Amino acid sequence: MLEIKDLHARCDATEILRGINLQVRAGEVHAIMGPNGSGKSTLAHVLAGREDYEVTQGEVLFNGTSLLDMEVEQRAAEGIFMAYQYPVEIPGVSNKYFLKAAMNSIRKHHKQPLIDTMDFLKVLKEKMQLLGMDKSMMERSVNEGFSGGEKKRNEILQMAMLQPKLAVLDETDSGLDIDALRIVADGVNTLRSPERAIIVVTHYQRLLDYIVPDYVHVLAEGRIVRSGDKTLALELEEKGYGFLEALSPSAAAAAV
Amino acid sequence: MIVTETNTYHDEHAKFCEGQSATAPIWLQELRERGLSQFHELGLPTTRDEEWRFTNIAPITTHPFAIADVGAFSESQIDQLVQQAELDEDFHQLVFVNGRFAKQWSRLHDLPANVIVESLAESIDHRPDTVEDRLLGNGDVELSAFVSLNTAFVDDGAYVSVPEGVSVDRPIHLIFLTVADTPSFCHPRNIVSLGKNSRATVIESYLGCEGARYFTNTVTKIEVGESAELSHHKLQHEQANALHVATTSVHQQTKSRFRSHYFSFGGDLTRNKLNCTLDGEGIECTLNGLYMPTGDQLMDCRTEIHHAKPNCNSFELYKGILDDRAKGVFNGKIHVYPDAQKTDAKQSNQTILLSDDAIIDTKPQLEIYADDVRCTHGATVGELDEQAIYYLRSRGIPADLARTMLIFAFANDVVQGVKLPAVRQHLESILLSERGLPNV
Repeated sequence: MLEIKDLHARCDATEILRGINLQVRAGEVHAIMGPNGSGKSTLAHVLAGREDYEVTQGEVLFNGTSLLDMEVEQRAAEGIFMAYQYPVEIPGVSNKYFLKAAMNSIRKHHKQPLIDTMDFLKVLKEKMQLLGMDKSMMERSVNEGFSGGEKKRNEILQMAMLQPKLAVLDETDSGLDIDALRIVADGVNTLRSPERAIIVVTHYQRLLDYIVPDYVHVLAEGRIVRSGDKTLALELEEKGYGFLEALSPSAAAAAV
Repeated sequence: MIVTETNTYHDEHAKFCEGQSATAPIWLQELRERGLSQFHELGLPTTRDEEWRFTNIAPITTHPFAIADVGAFSESQIDQLVQQAELDEDFHQLVFVNGRFAKQWSRLHDLPANVIVESLAESIDHRPDTVEDRLLGNGDVELSAFVSLNTAFVDDGAYVSVPEGVSVDRPIHLIFLTVADTPSFCHPRNIVSLGKNSRATVIESYLGCEGARYFTNTVTKIEVGESAELSHHKLQHEQANALHVATTSVHQQTKSRFRSHYFSFGGDLTRNKLNCTLDGEGIECTLNGLYMPTGDQLMDCRTEIHHAKPNCNSFELYKGILDDRAKGVFNGKIHVYPDAQKTDAKQSNQTILLSDDAIIDTKPQLEIYADDVRCTHGATVGELDEQAIYYLRSRGIPADLARTMLIFAFANDVVQGVKLPAVRQHLESILLSERGLPNV
């Protein structure tokens, strides 16, 4: 589904990604871990299409098509969803209107009929219940005045409504207490399916107790320095990111 | 140039006096003469006047306007405009065409006893003494060339009077239409007077017919008695080539409440001055405004709130959305008199510029002569939030729809302050159609 080949990207003058290679197939859940500043969030943003980052080398194929040539909204329409670490507040636009506009924009892109309002509300209510969200959140402005946990739930709600092919969760666990974490993780788990891939970007292993990954990759200084199964996350938890230093490109260079 | 043009007004006035004024009561003739001489004394303002620094009224001074011909319109044109303006058939409705009351398009439902809703011309006939008082009672705050010019041509308009303790439940909708095939002006004069403990809702709508350039110079004088409550709306939908100058002067007494909702969409050059005097304790005054000029439109919003007595609250929110080469001016003055301790005044002006060529001049102006007060003001000028646009796009919403959604959200904030459903829906539909926000 997703093929990342030798991806280099920079923000301003700083090179952050220095040759990422990654393959994600439908049905898989990949966790990307790494210390602060390793490039985890940058990778997520580059996939979503944020313009602050400039790709200098490499390519990204999404179902065989070059992702980097697509506009942000086109990526979303093709089935890429990014759950943000810091969702934006949009005063004056109700959650309900926003979600319906998003769903119908994607349907229009695929030349599908627009969703019936009654059906929309029915599905919305269901998903909100699943995520333990109060009905009033429908009418409230997008993320405005939401607590950290409410914002994260709202991201997962959007994901549940839009049913993407590839979901990228950026530090979804940050700022969540354990109960909220469980609800959010349950929400994500109900979306696991053979047709869908999920990339979980996280600093801590904690989230991976609830969203169990098929693969874990460790990022350091803009490259994947180790890949493994879920036990790699546990190893990291135990030893800390310090043990990576031996693996990092700069440490290797220093050793030479 | 200005001298010649004031002469045009002078000539028009002479014609006007021969026609309308000859049969008018002496006091009214004198009032008009005084208006004219005051107008000459003051002269039309230029950009050298501080109050008019950002608004060049050349289109008003260089165009020879004449009194709108009363017969020069077709009924079907007016029908159409009235339909456009109409908000709700349950509302009382007075229609004025070229400044004159037009009975056939007006309708009054049952009114509570002693409530008067009629044309000023009728009032001048029926109750000259009260009208004279109310026309004459102009304080210094209203001394301006345009008010004087209006006085010089005072003739008709709306007269609304609600006696003590009476509540008029149905809103009173005043519709002012201009239909002219030659350059014309009109000078509607409205009087709204609420007695102690009374309540009313008034809406003023201004519309015009496509055709010759016209100039509307309207004056509305509002008296809100003790513990009375007035909700006032103004919907400015003038034609694209129209010049619109309006002066609304509000006098509030103890514990009264006044809410103003101003929406400006049309016109070429629009100047709206709203002047509130809080002349008692425990008064609440709320001013909301939204102006959305596009093309080469100029919209000038000027508000003055005079806190003359202690313990009053005023709240003001004016928002502007400017596109193309449009120009906006906001000047919000809050004057707290030495006596007016415990004044609580909040003012905010927020502008979004959608184009590099749009210009806003915003000037909050606080004059505080009391020491125990709370006054806040803020002015922001910005563009649409790029982060928010990105967020919407990343959910599949195309960039242009994302922008439209944000513009709508910004404006809707002011629209939601309108409590009257018919007016709110009217405004929402304008925002939706003007800005093309689809019903998703």
